Amino acid sequence: MATIAAPTHAGTAAASENTGIWSWISTVDHKRIGTMYLWTALFFFLVGGLEATLIRTQLMRPNMGFVSAETYNQLFTMHGTTMVFLAVMPLSAAFFNYLIPLQIGARDVAFPRLNAFSYWVYLLGGIFITVPILFQIAPDGGWFGYAPLTTTQFSAGPNIDFWVIGLQILGVSSLAAAFNFITTIINMRAPGMTLMRLPMFTWMSFVVQFLLVLAFPPITVALVFLLFDRFFGTTFYAIAAGADPLLWQHLFWVFGHPEVYILILPAFGLVSEVLPTFSKKPLFGYNVMVYSGIMIGFLGFGVWAHHMFAVGMGAIADSIFSTMTMLIAIPTGVKIFNWIATMWAGEIRFTVPMKFAIALIAMFTIGGISGVMHSSAPADLQQTDTYFVVAHFHYVLFGGSIMGIFAGIYHYYPKMTGRFMHEGLGNVHFWLNLIGMNLTFFPMHFSGLLGMPRRVYQYDAGQGWDTFNLMSTYGTYLLVVATAVFAWNFIRSRSTGAVAGNDPWGAATLEWSIPSPPPEYNFAQIPEVTSRYPLWDLKDPAKTAGIEHSHADAMTITDAHAVPVHEETERHTARELGIPMPFPTAKPLFTAVGMVVMFSGLTFLRYDMFAVAMTVTIGGAAMLIGGLYAWLTAPLE
Amino acid sequence: MTAQTAAAHAQGHAHGHDAHDAHEHHHYTTTGLDNRKVAVWTFIGSECMLFASLISTYLIYKGKSVIGPFPHTEWTDPAGKVYKAILDIPVTSASTFVLLMSSFAMVLALQAVQLKGKPLAPTAGWWERLQRSSQFWLLATALLGTVFLGFQSYEFTSFVHEGLTIKTNLFGSTFFTLTGFHGAHVTVGVLWLMSLLWIDRSRGLAGKNDELLVDICALYWHFVDVVWIAIFTLIYLIK
Amino acid sequence: MSHDSHAGAHAAHAEHHHPTGNQYAVIALILTVITVVEVWAYYIPALVASPMFNPALIVMSAAKFAIVVLFYMHLKFDSRLFRVIFTGSLIVAMCTIVALLFLFHKLSL
Repeated sequence: MATIAAPTHAGTAAASENTGIWSWISTVDHKRIGTMYLWTALFFFLVGGLEATLIRTQLMRPNMGFVSAETYNQLFTMHGTTMVFLAVMPLSAAFFNYLIPLQIGARDVAFPRLNAFSYWVYLLGGIFITVPILFQIAPDGGWFGYAPLTTTQFSAGPNIDFWVIGLQILGVSSLAAAFNFITTIINMRAPGMTLMRLPMFTWMSFVVQFLLVLAFPPITVALVFLLFDRFFGTTFYAIAAGADPLLWQHLFWVFGHPEVYILILPAFGLVSEVLPTFSKKPLFGYNVMVYSGIMIGFLGFGVWAHHMFAVGMGAIADSIFSTMTMLIAIPTGVKIFNWIATMWAGEIRFTVPMKFAIALIAMFTIGGISGVMHSSAPADLQQTDTYFVVAHFHYVLFGGSIMGIFAGIYHYYPKMTGRFMHEGLGNVHFWLNLIGMNLTFFPMHFSGLLGMPRRVYQYDAGQGWDTFNLMSTYGTYLLVVATAVFAWNFIRSRSTGAVAGNDPWGAATLEWSIPSPPPEYNFAQIPEVTSRYPLWDLKDPAKTAGIEHSHADAMTITDAHAVPVHEETERHTARELGIPMPFPTAKPLFTAVGMVVMFSGLTFLRYDMFAVAMTVTIGGAAMLIGGLYAWLTAPLE
Repeated sequence: MTAQTAAAHAQGHAHGHDAHDAHEHHHYTTTGLDNRKVAVWTFIGSECMLFASLISTYLIYKGKSVIGPFPHTEWTDPAGKVYKAILDIPVTSASTFVLLMSSFAMVLALQAVQLKGKPLAPTAGWWERLQRSSQFWLLATALLGTVFLGFQSYEFTSFVHEGLTIKTNLFGSTFFTLTGFHGAHVTVGVLWLMSLLWIDRSRGLAGKNDELLVDICALYWHFVDVVWIAIFTLIYLIK
Repeated sequence: MSHDSHAGAHAAHAEHHHPTGNQYAVIALILTVITVVEVWAYYIPALVASPMFNPALIVMSAAKFAIVVLFYMHLKFDSRLFRVIFTGSLIVAMCTIVALLFLFHKLSL
């Protein structure tokens, strides 16, 4: 993917020395890593979308024979897996990487090389889990891979092996990145950038990192059990040995529900940047937005069993998880009202990012309401495993996360490339996307309530589902057109878009005080922050007159050489400014390759190719350890 | 702001990052805490959830195995062969004690590095002098960790001889996986300690940066110890 | 470098309160005594039969856990931030264990 992530330094003189492929392979610059995340994740977004298109084509009319049942299983499994782990999470990670250091006034993340490692592990893990579909041996157990269905007793082929090992690899990437960003947000803030002055995107990202840190271990453990069951004959999911068929479900959803918030909170953060900018008003209820984000994070760990009402947990458990699920709607609803209040009486500019942000509010609310419907266990029993649920989570994931991420892409494209995306094409994309999405997913409410189950590859005519399915399929084709328009706009605008200055939208936060695209060192001088909206203080003080300002926190820092918030328009190299930058290095890539090779050796174990498995695993482990040694003993800068 | 003053400022910030002191450079941080220590504490937080998941599974499956051997009770198989209760409390009590003492050695190793360069009273006795030897305490910690691993491999081997493997039943699967994960953590810790010892022997551990290297290793080591404290009670002692 | 001055200001405050080597030894002794009591109780059938046996063991284990974390890991003396990160994670982990045990009927009200 690195090779397609062509550098995009429109009109930059200083960066010309650093544009070869090697500079991308060895980069430790958070902006370049963010750019690579963005390109790779968009690529996987297309892959996942293609899978969805095939699924919808198969379901267009009753009893179609477009794909076989086996292929269909692989398609819906990989569609879910790809969209969750390879598209939406990494798209968020692209923004974490690119924006967090810029928003907090830092020159890089806390551990630049670990950051590169996270990206390479993600890329290699993504390839590992995706390539099998080209050979029709892709994972086919659903994105939540319920055991014992996924044990060798019921899934004897290699399909699930790729899923188990692939997710394990991707987990390493997410965890490493989470430790990195938590440390970055805690420790790399500019003087005066107190926690309660963090831009809302950084705040929501902060919450997400803690969710990652606490939610990934349970799935790691569940996957280890499954891996041991499949490769070493343990009995974790063997019902004959007394195992409980609900163990996997519980461990998976202990991870799976926080994962839902991992997918949505970064999008919430992005629209919380977009809405104030295009309403020319500070975010309404900043503190409450922060607390509701934290609240969602905490409660997110206490609602997992609402995915399992149908398994019969008993009245007490059902009631508790119902109540918790209804509770979590409160902080989420608070956010929606605060966004609306932010726009209220603002000078609204209906730019493309603003339209996507408003679409998030509307579409997510629909998905949120059907979500609250599920919180009632009796209602959920009717809805479980029907297309009603599919409609619900696509309204929150497509209508929420993807809309928010598109808002973020249109909003930050000028910062990342120095050029605007084409507004006209953006509008075409927006309207096609909005209509296509509703045409695809709204009819699923009806087909679901009429009883159409999820994951069936064929259905008989005459059950009242035909028209709704046809509508959903046409909607999907509309989304394909919309995405093609977006892709064209995204690629073309790098060279043909109108040139954007430092602050093309009149935004309030630090990332807009530096040139677009930002120089390698980000800030020639670290700014001293005195309020939540430093750039509005500078350019339009009237707008922030009602906001608290103080120098108090900044004064405790004596040697940061901070200067008041200012605009930086000149572009230099770090060498000219004497700013120490981390050395470029390919050691993280080398280490990541070692780790992925080590894991992939396991796939040979089930064919009694013990020697091959050991050779590959030990070879990979040696690479991993050698890479780590070289990495840890080499100075950073 | 002109480029010259910007450069001068940046230069001022950069001073101290000189190449001659590559491993000693400290970055300015918002909280004054070292990045690596913040990251290690976060990692430990994550490990809490890892072991919580493993321990939960052990407890959920406790008493669910359809065949023996069992942890605390005898089992007679259909052929009439008798398998005794598997867990060996005296041996595990000894290894638990060893791991607790390794934590004691670890905390003194950190203290020894922190006390480097501070004058020692001429009247100081053997105990005060011993407390100054970071190498002694690092070696002691690593050795005690190794002894613990020795106990564990003895335990695993004898269990296998008594008829319990990771495949035998739910008890075997959950027990070996949980304690095996812990053992793997101890192994990583021993390797980490050995590399610190190697650095200490080759150039001496001293100064703020080296204190931090020992500090984060110590945090990891103590955490692995407290996990064992929980495992010992929940898995071995409670019937 | 200049860093040392302000890091020193942060750290000196903390280091002041660190226990001494002898205090660490006393803590090790306490840990040993609790462990001895735990194992001793395990061998007294009357105690094992008591309904208080499991709770008592868990309390002793939690005490050892807390002592190591507070004193050997210096959480009692170190930055509040570390306390927040660790206790936050521990609370989520504990709640998850307890909830899972209820869900699998290993605990009941």
